[in-house]
Amino acid sequence: MTQSLLHQILDHANRADPYPIYEELRKTPVHHEDGGPYVISTYYEIRSLLHDPRISSDARNLASAGADPLAEETTPQEGALPPGFLKLDPPEHDRMRRMTNRHFGPPHSPRRVDDMRPELHDIVDGLIAGIDDPGRIDLVEQFSYPFPVTVICRLLGVPREDESRFHTWADTLAASLDPDPDADPAERGKGANEARMELGMYLAGLIEERRKNPGDDMLSQLATSRGEDGQMTTMELLSTAALLLIAGHETTVNLITNGMLTLLRNPDVLQRLRAEPKLVVPLVEELLRFEPPVQLLPQRTTLADIEVRGVTIPKGSSLWLVLASGNRDPLRFENPDRFDPDRPDIQHLGLGSGIHSCFGAPLARLEAQLALSELARRLENPRLVDDPPPYRQNAVLRGPRHLHITCDGIRP
Amino acid sequence: MPWTPSTPRPRRCPVRGDGALEQLKREGRIVVVGASLAGLRAAETLRAKGFEGSLTMIGDEPGEPYDRPPLSKQVLLGKARADRTALPRLRSVDATWRLGVPAAGLDMAARRVRLADGDEVPYDRLLIATGVRARPWPREEEAELDGVFVLRTRDHGAALARRLADGPKRVLVIGGGFAGSEVASACRERGIPVTVAERGASPLVGALGGVIGAVSAGLHREHGVDLRCGVMVTALEGDASGRVRAAHLSDGSTVETDVVVVSLGALRNTEWLAGSGLGAGPRGIACDAGCRAFDIRGIVTDDIYAAGDVARCPHPLFGYQFLSLEHWGNAVAQAGIAAHNMISESTDRLPHMEVPAFWSSQFGVNIKSVGVPSMGTEILIAQGSLESRRFVGVYGYQGRVIGAVSFDHGRWLPFYQELIESTAPFPPSFPTVDRHPDGQRPMDADFPDPSVPSHGPTVTLSGYSPADRRITFIPAH
Repeated sequence: MTQSLLHQILDHANRADPYPIYEELRKTPVHHEDGGPYVISTYYEIRSLLHDPRISSDARNLASAGADPLAEETTPQEGALPPGFLKLDPPEHDRMRRMTNRHFGPPHSPRRVDDMRPELHDIVDGLIAGIDDPGRIDLVEQFSYPFPVTVICRLLGVPREDESRFHTWADTLAASLDPDPDADPAERGKGANEARMELGMYLAGLIEERRKNPGDDMLSQLATSRGEDGQMTTMELLSTAALLLIAGHETTVNLITNGMLTLLRNPDVLQRLRAEPKLVVPLVEELLRFEPPVQLLPQRTTLADIEVRGVTIPKGSSLWLVLASGNRDPLRFENPDRFDPDRPDIQHLGLGSGIHSCFGAPLARLEAQLALSELARRLENPRLVDDPPPYRQNAVLRGPRHLHITCDGIRP
Repeated sequence: MPWTPSTPRPRRCPVRGDGALEQLKREGRIVVVGASLAGLRAAETLRAKGFEGSLTMIGDEPGEPYDRPPLSKQVLLGKARADRTALPRLRSVDATWRLGVPAAGLDMAARRVRLADGDEVPYDRLLIATGVRARPWPREEEAELDGVFVLRTRDHGAALARRLADGPKRVLVIGGGFAGSEVASACRERGIPVTVAERGASPLVGALGGVIGAVSAGLHREHGVDLRCGVMVTALEGDASGRVRAAHLSDGSTVETDVVVVSLGALRNTEWLAGSGLGAGPRGIACDAGCRAFDIRGIVTDDIYAAGDVARCPHPLFGYQFLSLEHWGNAVAQAGIAAHNMISESTDRLPHMEVPAFWSSQFGVNIKSVGVPSMGTEILIAQGSLESRRFVGVYGYQGRVIGAVSFDHGRWLPFYQELIESTAPFPPSFPTVDRHPDGQRPMDADFPDPSVPSHGPTVTLSGYSPADRRITFIPAH
């Protein structure tokens, strides 16, 4: 029996190049297999659904929570953290996101991200300078992972030396986002909840300390400031901090790694980037279209019967929005499988859209821009050692586990 | 000297026939009257689509095209300079710029535009994008008092910003539409006392109706605006040196003020077309859905196009009524369509069918609208609540969704736009996230009686006839 499309998406064997499966999926824009989610793979349909108020991000609205073998474990355990705003609907979502954004973006903190530029530059510089053997580089281990982790730690005010502790929890939580049909959902849910709880306890300790000795980091600000929406409760604060820490951790690493991989596969573009540093801005946008770190959003639920392309999706159904497939929809993008940083009108879905559009987008963009332009400038004649590289298991947060490259030297 | 449209017919660029279009694209002459947003974007589109002939841009203001939305926001706050709002160029247009000279006449038969300095510019295709201007204070001697402003151009913005920086004791805004409300908001943000005098029952009432107007009124008052509704300003009074010092209101009260901003809507710049035979009037230039202008007989021209604030096109979603819009996005979209159609075969032409969309920013609130709310009779608060001032309001007209407005909830609007595009039933019957108890039932949207003028809404609809009401042009502003 041939494997169902759903299983093919999840099959690690297809991780290096999932795009042929997405192309197959797009032939049925609303794809549904018995007992599974409704999978949406075309650009315009995904974009519409991201703005559709009949779609909930709150798993409590799933009709069949638990009955669906692919659904995430949703029963919260005693003492577990409440869901972060990513998994909440308005008005709670809006309130939490607003309170968080006060300390991150406009209108209250318009320069926060841009003011980090010199600091980010120093971190990039330090990591590249620390590469001891240009002939043997694992870009993930030596650069793409430590860079965003250091940044998110600085931003939040989490001690960098605790990284190994939360790395394990973050790994478990990221893995829990992967809707693996073969894993026991109860077991996975339990592991994820434990990791969330331990992470929560760790963060609670930090926050306690920040309340006593506030710094200029986001944790201190979230813990001490009061805005028009009041103050976050401790539990809200913990789940928000956990969300930011993990999201700031698990996505940019893939964006940077995918970016370097794409550049090494397109040496003409790499060459251009060296000559025209400003190219990095549209290049990162094209990268978010071409190889988005978040490939699909697996946790949306219908609040009503809704019709998409003539198919009625019943109330309470689970929806998967395959962003990475929409980004390669030929009805929206000409030559979608071509990496083209000069592409006009690039409204990709790589950072989502609507109220849940990526909170950290300004920071992720800046990190990727700085990382890729510095790597392009400083690595002499870089080459891929393995193509394709080994990938992480995760079908949702897709990226190489290692990216072995070699180069002739490192420029100052 | 009266200008008679009788000059000899110049070389014609045939509309049809083998290679005629190619010839037009290669060596034709296109004239764009109006060098603002629509004019510039049209010129860029013409070049992008392969027009290689001569392109002339005529504009009455001396400078190059600039962006207007910042003028009533960042510029008045002193955060941006009026002379630094040049529109970004999307590509080179390689045009002859005739700036600082308004167009003064059109000879359709001879295909010439006459300029105010007497020059004439021949064309094979003409695009009219002359836009609108601020409606001035009707009494000329009062309008000329020092301290009385309108806000439309870069010069207006710069002059008003300078005066606000001097710290006036009070600003009076006449008219509580979007522009007036933005001015009031900027003044309050700068700590300047403001009075807003609005003829209707609340600010924004003409565009969004009384239900939303009440929310807007609350915003004004909460931010310390002295809001007076249901009143008209009857006279402005100056001091001996010719500076404005007070305004008299229809309720008998007086407002002592040293700055008055007249914000009574806009007038379409069509007077220069008087006598040309083009179907142009106070409501704008009537065109077909492809932006081709009608003549006064109701016959479509094939060489004259209109785009932006001055154009009015039949819109299928709104009963094919002729819709004219003062919206930034409409100017851009319409310019693109007009430019495309100017150099396309008839079968390749595109209709302008954009759903109107508009945004404003005032008192810290982001307001967006889609569709034509002012056509609605009922409103349903589909998400959020009026009380929190974060909501989406959906407008219904004869059982269908016709418009929507959001206050700090703009990310949902594309969904409501789809409802408008698909003529979805009103009231929407489905559950949504963030539906509140006060959003269970539609209410009367409470638009004012159209026979009682308020400041104009930013959308006007008129009948089907391209030269409606009159066949001879009367400049009746």
